Amino acid sequence: MWRFPSRLHSSGILGMNRRNVSYIFRYNERRLYPVVDDKFRTKLLLEKFSLATPKLLAVVRYQYEIKKFRKTIENLEAFAVKPARGAGGKGILVVCGRDGDRFVKPSGNIIAVHDINRHLSNILAGLYSLAGTPDVAIVEDLIRPESMFEALSHEGVPDIRIIIFRGYPVMAMLRLSTRASDGKANLHKGAVGVGLDIGSGSCLHAVQYAKRVYRHPDTGIHLDTIAVPDWENLLQLASKTYDITGLGYIGADLVVDRDRGAMLLELNARPGLSIQVANGCGLLPRLETIEQKDDRPWPGAEERVRFSMKAFGE
Amino acid sequence: MRPNRGFYLVIAALILAGLSLAWFRHIHLNIPLWPGERAPAWLIEARIDFVAEGRPVLVSLDLPDKPPGFTVVSEQAASPGYGFSIVEEDGSRRGEWSRRHASGEQTLYYKIQAIEKQGDYESERSRRKPEPRLVYWDEPQSTAAGQILTQAYERSSTPESLAREVIRQLGAREPDQNAALLLAEYSLPELIMHLLNHAGIPARIAMGLELEDARRYQPLKPVLEIYGGGRWITVDPATGASGLPENMLLWHRAGQSMLDVMGGSGSEVRFSMIRQVMPAMDLARMQFEEGGFSRLSLYHLPIDEQSMFKLLLLLPVGALIVSFMRIVVGVRTSGTFMPVLIAFAFLQTTLIPGLAAFLGIVSMGLVLRGYLSRLNLLLVARISTLIVLVIFLTSMMSVLGYELGINVGLTITFFPMIIIAWTIERMSILWEEDGWREVMAQGLGSLLVALLAYACMRIGVVGHLTFNFPEIHLIILALILLTGQYTGYKLTELKRFSEMMKPDS
Repeated sequence: MWRFPSRLHSSGILGMNRRNVSYIFRYNERRLYPVVDDKFRTKLLLEKFSLATPKLLAVVRYQYEIKKFRKTIENLEAFAVKPARGAGGKGILVVCGRDGDRFVKPSGNIIAVHDINRHLSNILAGLYSLAGTPDVAIVEDLIRPESMFEALSHEGVPDIRIIIFRGYPVMAMLRLSTRASDGKANLHKGAVGVGLDIGSGSCLHAVQYAKRVYRHPDTGIHLDTIAVPDWENLLQLASKTYDITGLGYIGADLVVDRDRGAMLLELNARPGLSIQVANGCGLLPRLETIEQKDDRPWPGAEERVRFSMKAFGE
Repeated sequence: MRPNRGFYLVIAALILAGLSLAWFRHIHLNIPLWPGERAPAWLIEARIDFVAEGRPVLVSLDLPDKPPGFTVVSEQAASPGYGFSIVEEDGSRRGEWSRRHASGEQTLYYKIQAIEKQGDYESERSRRKPEPRLVYWDEPQSTAAGQILTQAYERSSTPESLAREVIRQLGAREPDQNAALLLAEYSLPELIMHLLNHAGIPARIAMGLELEDARRYQPLKPVLEIYGGGRWITVDPATGASGLPENMLLWHRAGQSMLDVMGGSGSEVRFSMIRQVMPAMDLARMQFEEGGFSRLSLYHLPIDEQSMFKLLLLLPVGALIVSFMRIVVGVRTSGTFMPVLIAFAFLQTTLIPGLAAFLGIVSMGLVLRGYLSRLNLLLVARISTLIVLVIFLTSMMSVLGYELGINVGLTITFFPMIIIAWTIERMSILWEEDGWREVMAQGLGSLLVALLAYACMRIGVVGHLTFNFPEIHLIILALILLTGQYTGYKLTELKRFSEMMKPDS
């Protein structure tokens, strides 16, 4: 049940303390955090550099703007309302269709405009933000997952977490929500984590509750058949976040949209360590490989992705 | 990132400074390293008897002034009807009793408490070299003295050895003519003093007290002090051995006379002494009156402030435990320093009642918070509501406890209400977001750390060291800094990642 530290180290497992001291403190400058901690600012940055991300439809900053909100969404069929500083998928309201003046949620529930207004008001008051500080609500285009992904997940959109170290993708996993995780993509709540081969985007290893699984517990799909399409492109998109944010150690969350292809959802300056569990291997050797690189000028995203695919692929 | 060498230098410097300062305090201020340590002390009482002649009386007694080998920790004069003051005069301390009118037998007391300094019999260096005293001999005496000194001078090289030679000559079983002549006039110590002064070596007679447990009415014994090598050296006038005899307290050294009585006659001073064993801390504390390095210590604060600091200085120990448990062990706690504050409250309420009260308040608070979450209150208002509720709960428990005859109620107020309100809030959110398992994990983690911190802070030595040796905190600081640079695995990670290391089946 327990392992010796030396055994973990020889398997290249990165621990929390080492992650903080040797990677996050060292490669992520504190002043750069706000850009990734605030989804609104992230989105503006991504749009500025034309990196694919769900389209921003509206921002609600102040209480009085809520009254005009009805007008803003008059012509919209489907959209998602998110708190800019929410964490763990909290406070996200998804509307997937219209029923005359009213709105349809994915669950089939129908809500009125004033329900949306109250939700917006809660977001602005900081009900969902981490420290309870006043927040901003963003309204963005609804993601319609690729049909292959839609079949994979119990509810919710499967997303791909990629760790980008100094611009090089080093590890990736696909997170599938389950009935146990209540539609959330958090591994510790029971979502399935599928480790993806950096070289090809196909499944390497999959876990639920840190135990190896081979099939999705709800949909029954064989997980080892998974292969993410257009993988190199997706890696490049993730890799470019390094150039625009300047953060050396980040976790990029991506989704694959039916129409628009790979898109960046959000960035995380303190990505968790469970990606190692999903992949069944440690991050350290890969991080050390990248740490030893001293290229000048620093290569572009395409070259970095090619290197990673070759070096870390199976 | 490998921390640079500077970091470890700072750590080493902090630890070294902490240790050496603590050692210094221990050695020089005699602060014991263990609480409840006891040390021997001599209680010496000087008793002055004289017959007053019905006139104004002034009694002046030479008092010990930093006697070598001893530290005087307290002094006290008792003499009803007399005014008493301590005066400094030509570098010697004298106690003066005065009274306008007195007649008949009079008795005055002066008491000191002294402790032995370990292995420190050397007299301290005197700042300026004293001049040898002029000696007036008549003709035959002068010749005799000259002869003795010439002989002794031949056979010696230092002031000490000269003194030894002189003593040998005078102390021979059958003293020669010269010695006999002089001894007829002077007592032995006096003669040696005169001879040495004649030879240009400053010498004086000091009066020492031989300490022996439970002796009464002891007189002082003369000892010779000669000046050489920049310090006063004690020489036994009978044997010539230099160095202070063990258990001898030099009461009267420089200065004119041992005892002066004006307005009285038949005066006499005698000494009684007992050896006591006293708490070492009390003895050390008495020394602090003197100032100097000790002026910087906390003992000079008012008592209630001191007891506050006593508690406050335990906090770093708790902080260290939290750092260690979170960084190295990887225990999850609800709120970083909540456990320390809870442990602090336990120190006041004692463990079992405190624990029961804490769990009671938190669980009742969680139930009430469950209702609050339905109201969709904003955060600040929510916490404020919780604070009020927590205060209600504690007052209710207090009243209830009092009615039932349990006195816990009254100490409950030591709980940090605001921290408890926040704990309830966090626990409740955690319950909604991550389920009861996480609540239990963090709740038990917090309690574990709190209990550990409580246990550590309860240990007598810890409290004693942190308060009496505040420099220990430099070491604690260094350890905390070290945990801040710890990059190894947490203990819990050894389990977290163990599953993935199983060989594939």
